[in-house]
Amino acid sequence: MRAFSYERASTTEAAAKAAATKEGAKFIAGGTNLLDLMKLEIETPTHLIDVNELGLDQIEPTPEGGLRIGALVRNTDLAADERIRRDYQLLSRALLAGASGQLRNRATTAGNLLQRTRCPYFYDTNQPCNKRQPGSGCAALAGFSRQLAVVGVSDACIANHPSDMAVAMRALDAVVETVQPDGTPRSVPIADLHRLPGDTPHIEHVLERGELITAVVLPKPVGGKQIYRKVRDRASYAFALVSVGAVIQPDGTGRVAVGGIAPKPWRDEAADGELPNGAKAVTAKLLTDARPTEQNAFKLTLVERTLSAVLAEARG
Amino acid sequence: MKFDTPATTNPIDQLKVVGQPIHRIDGPLKTTGRAIYAYEWHDPNTRYAYGHVVGSAIAKGRIRSMDVTAARSAPGVIAVVTSDGIGELKKGEFNTAKLFGGTEIQHYHQAIAVVVAETFEEARAAAQLVKVDYAEEKGVFDLAAARDTAVKPEEDEPDSAVGDFDGAFSAAVVKLDQTYTTPDQSHAMMEPHASIAAWNGDELTVWTSSQMIDWWRTDLATTLGIDKEKVHIMSPFIGGGFGVKLFLRSDAVLAALAAREAKRPVKVALPRPFLMNNTTHRPATIQRIRIGAGRDGKITAIAHESWSGDLPGGGPEVAVQQTRLLYAGENRMTAMRLATLDLPEGNAMRAPGEAPGMMALEIAMDEMAEKLGLDPVEFRIINDTQVDPEKPERPFSHRDLVGCLRTGAERFGWQERNKQPGGRRDGNWLVGLGVASAFRNNLLVPSGARVRLDREGVVSVETDMTDIGTGSYTIIAQTAAEMLGVPVDKVAVSLGDSRFPVSSGSGGQFGGNCSTAGVYAACVKLREAAAQKLGFNNADDLIFADGEVRSGDRRMPLTEAAGDEGLVAEDSIEFGKLAETHQQSTFGAHFVEVGVDVATGETRIRRMLAVCAAGRILNPITARSQVIGAMTMGVGGALSEELVVDKERGFFVNHDLAAYEVPVHADIPHQEVIFLDETDPTSSPMKAKGIAELGLCGVAAAVANAIYNATGVRVRDYPITLDKLIKDLPELS
Ligand SMILES: Cc1cc2nc3c(=O)[nH]c(=O)nc-3n(C[C@H](O)[C@H](O)[C@H](O)COP(=O)(O)OP(=O)(O)OC[C@H]3O[C@@H](n4cnc5c(N)ncnc54)[C@H](O)[C@@H]3O)c2cc1C
Ligand code: SF4
Repeated sequence: MRAFSYERASTTEAAAKAAATKEGAKFIAGGTNLLDLMKLEIETPTHLIDVNELGLDQIEPTPEGGLRIGALVRNTDLAADERIRRDYQLLSRALLAGASGQLRNRATTAGNLLQRTRCPYFYDTNQPCNKRQPGSGCAALAGFSRQLAVVGVSDACIANHPSDMAVAMRALDAVVETVQPDGTPRSVPIADLHRLPGDTPHIEHVLERGELITAVVLPKPVGGKQIYRKVRDRASYAFALVSVGAVIQPDGTGRVAVGGIAPKPWRDEAADGELPNGAKAVTAKLLTDARPTEQNAFKLTLVERTLSAVLAEARG
Repeated sequence: MKFDTPATTNPIDQLKVVGQPIHRIDGPLKTTGRAIYAYEWHDPNTRYAYGHVVGSAIAKGRIRSMDVTAARSAPGVIAVVTSDGIGELKKGEFNTAKLFGGTEIQHYHQAIAVVVAETFEEARAAAQLVKVDYAEEKGVFDLAAARDTAVKPEEDEPDSAVGDFDGAFSAAVVKLDQTYTTPDQSHAMMEPHASIAAWNGDELTVWTSSQMIDWWRTDLATTLGIDKEKVHIMSPFIGGGFGVKLFLRSDAVLAALAAREAKRPVKVALPRPFLMNNTTHRPATIQRIRIGAGRDGKITAIAHESWSGDLPGGGPEVAVQQTRLLYAGENRMTAMRLATLDLPEGNAMRAPGEAPGMMALEIAMDEMAEKLGLDPVEFRIINDTQVDPEKPERPFSHRDLVGCLRTGAERFGWQERNKQPGGRRDGNWLVGLGVASAFRNNLLVPSGARVRLDREGVVSVETDMTDIGTGSYTIIAQTAAEMLGVPVDKVAVSLGDSRFPVSSGSGGQFGGNCSTAGVYAACVKLREAAAQKLGFNNADDLIFADGEVRSGDRRMPLTEAAGDEGLVAEDSIEFGKLAETHQQSTFGAHFVEVGVDVATGETRIRRMLAVCAAGRILNPITARSQVIGAMTMGVGGALSEELVVDKERGFFVNHDLAAYEVPVHADIPHQEVIFLDETDPTSSPMKAKGIAELGLCGVAAAVANAIYNATGVRVRDYPITLDKLIKDLPELS
């Protein structure tokens, strides 16, 4: 870990401004991802802006009948919130499928969205990795790729996004609210938050330098059966090989987002339209452009079968 | 004490203390955080410095040059010691790869420098500033690809043959010829390697985490080129080892060199990724097994060949070991071949040999039972043997494999097993039952102890034996208490210090039996000295009980024997030829029920049972802990544990505990352990044998067989992850 300076921001505007003006600055929330990366010098911020005291830890109703979740609401609190458990079960279940109790006590809503990939080569600074060190190559392509993405990938990077929460947020059409360094707020639909790697896998989202996430807004409840199914090698405390977050209405329509298979939570509204036709039809649309490696091609079958089980559960 | 005839009745047989379910005596220290582990030794009057290791970024080649200018001038840095700066160091007897010194790189993350600073954080930051120019060479990293280059190892007995295997196999009515693979595995214990080194003139004290104090002491002296008598090792508490702390490791060498350079005590802990690539691992194997049998189920021919790899100078994984002994059959052969690989050093991990060997053999037995149309329990029973099948004149000292299988079958409800694979459903789960034998040899290693009695009646035991979380403190206290007729809380046990008599140490599941036998020997001497001092001349009917020594009508307080100056005795147990005349092994049976998710192929354990026949159980609580821990490790081996080799770059990629998945609590719902009530007088005066590795051997195969029973899909390559099942699972509606 490199030495860094530290400040505790007191307003969102000041935080955003400081982050934009100070060279090498980064926000720190729960620190459960950033600190690990700093210890390994994968991230080397020279200045940390602590956003924990910004008062962004409330969950409030919106005039539209939805909920505004403060960026600093802890995963544990969010999962346990009565309104979330009642009206957005998908989100609560996704959160509880992630990490461990201790981590969820620290981890925040914004931090979870912006957590970085778990590609093992990204984690080893001796290895080439375009995401960590642009232009150095991608060791995963010819190496160990079992966990990594099958769709939305590029020749430069096949990393996947590890978040469970983001999958639920995507299925629920959440909107990310931010404040920009000049103080203006903006709203980014979650679908547009993360970028695909292309030639620039080190640029992972559309936020500008210094732009601070202040909240995530959930539209009014959509009802339906809400199921989050996370598939993994051990029963707990493991990242998803594949996860399926689905909201299924009594008439068989609905929406589905998939985790573990792409650089972002993966959803395609056209695939949603196939839900009444069953898992095969949905998967075919969702994975049209899939480019798996030999090691992770099994994820294609796994998505379809998991979705099939989810649809059966929704029916039953 | 020489142990060369089977034990007869002795004070241990009273079983007033030994054999009782006594909670571990060091438990309160551990639960309250007062047990001091290696890195935690802290003298407030000492200014420790902190060392951070630099590991090689390549797998094979040479260091052309190292630039440490930036590191040396970084904040807080006291010294930088580099392997090219220090030149070649001698290698310890038990190490295959060198731990430090010289410019040659033998494997990824081999230690090439240690940076010493005022704080841990400064040392870690400065370590990143060391710049290395490598001349990289192409290495060999893929066992399957190197299989044909494997050669017959020079040491031990790589091959065995009895009768005419080829003839008998080709004539057999029912045959199996299959190949199985087991991956590289990591010990993945909780406490990372850590050492503190302090020099006092030419004398060196190292607080470390070691399973074998004397081996470390010897090899550290060799590596540093100093006299063994000048080295003092302390390792009273150890947070797990599973074999990776048997042999000297780089943390101790780096701490010693750094402390010499910094002229201060230095603490060095290896970061977690270094566990996988800097230390040792259980080597991967490819195993071919052939079994031929008659319609009656009797094995007529059995062959087991195994291929593994290691660095030059290393040895094979002895995965065929159990096949030489476990089942009958007149015509047999085994062979081991060793390839040269440029991966980190392969070496002992819990039950080396049998653990991976049983993973393969016990699937083969399951497959063979199916071919024969026999119940897998019955097939094993039919092929039981009471003698070493290669040398029938050599009986097993005591062998109750059949008792384990039968007891387990009954207790587990084995008859409920659906004989048709894939035939039992519980909601979305395909449910299956599996069985495997458990087998591990019983090893005997000399072990010494010193016992002291004081006038308060307190018995102190000193031995360099280690407690790696196993319960050594407790069973040693029980032994001394039984021998001297005092309660356990009157026994003080001190372990893990090279100033104490050399013990067996902890390894090969020999520590429990052998170290207590050493304490027994010392106690026999102390009893003799006490008797003499108290004027008991006819030693035959002496009883030590309730703090007294009694003979006939005469009784004397034990404390009187101690007097003011106390009474001390020291002895060591030495094992004679009983292990040659008798085959000593431990036996068991593992039963497992799994559920496999019909959609995703995720396997989850539903319940497990182990039945063990391993001589006298010295303490059912600590023994059970060992077995359930081993069963858990077996589940990891079956379902998730694999060090993934990057075959281009030559290293284990998943080098942390997020990516190397050991089981978590949610994976282990219900475990039961049954110990058969038995003793083995040929093993030691304790009549006990090993238990801690037996509990692992066979577990993974029982899981594999249960998965087959659940799904009808036979996977022969561990770990059995869902990607290996999913394409063969039933169509979903
Ligand atoms: C062992 C382990 C297992 C895990 N398992 C899972 C799992 O199964 N599923 C899962 O989903 N996750 C898992 N996680 C990841 C965990 O969920 C994330 O680490 C956590 O959500 C990150 O939140 P944080 O608040 O600690 O973020 P931080 O570490 O503080 O920050 C993460 C990133 O977000 C940025 N950031 C934080 N707040 C803001 C803000 N308000 N505006 C803009 N940028 C911001 C930071 O600059 C940083 O780049 C695991 C983590 C660990 C260590
Ligand atoms: S997949 Fe992406 S993160 Fe992984 S090594 Fe390649 S570039 Fe790096």
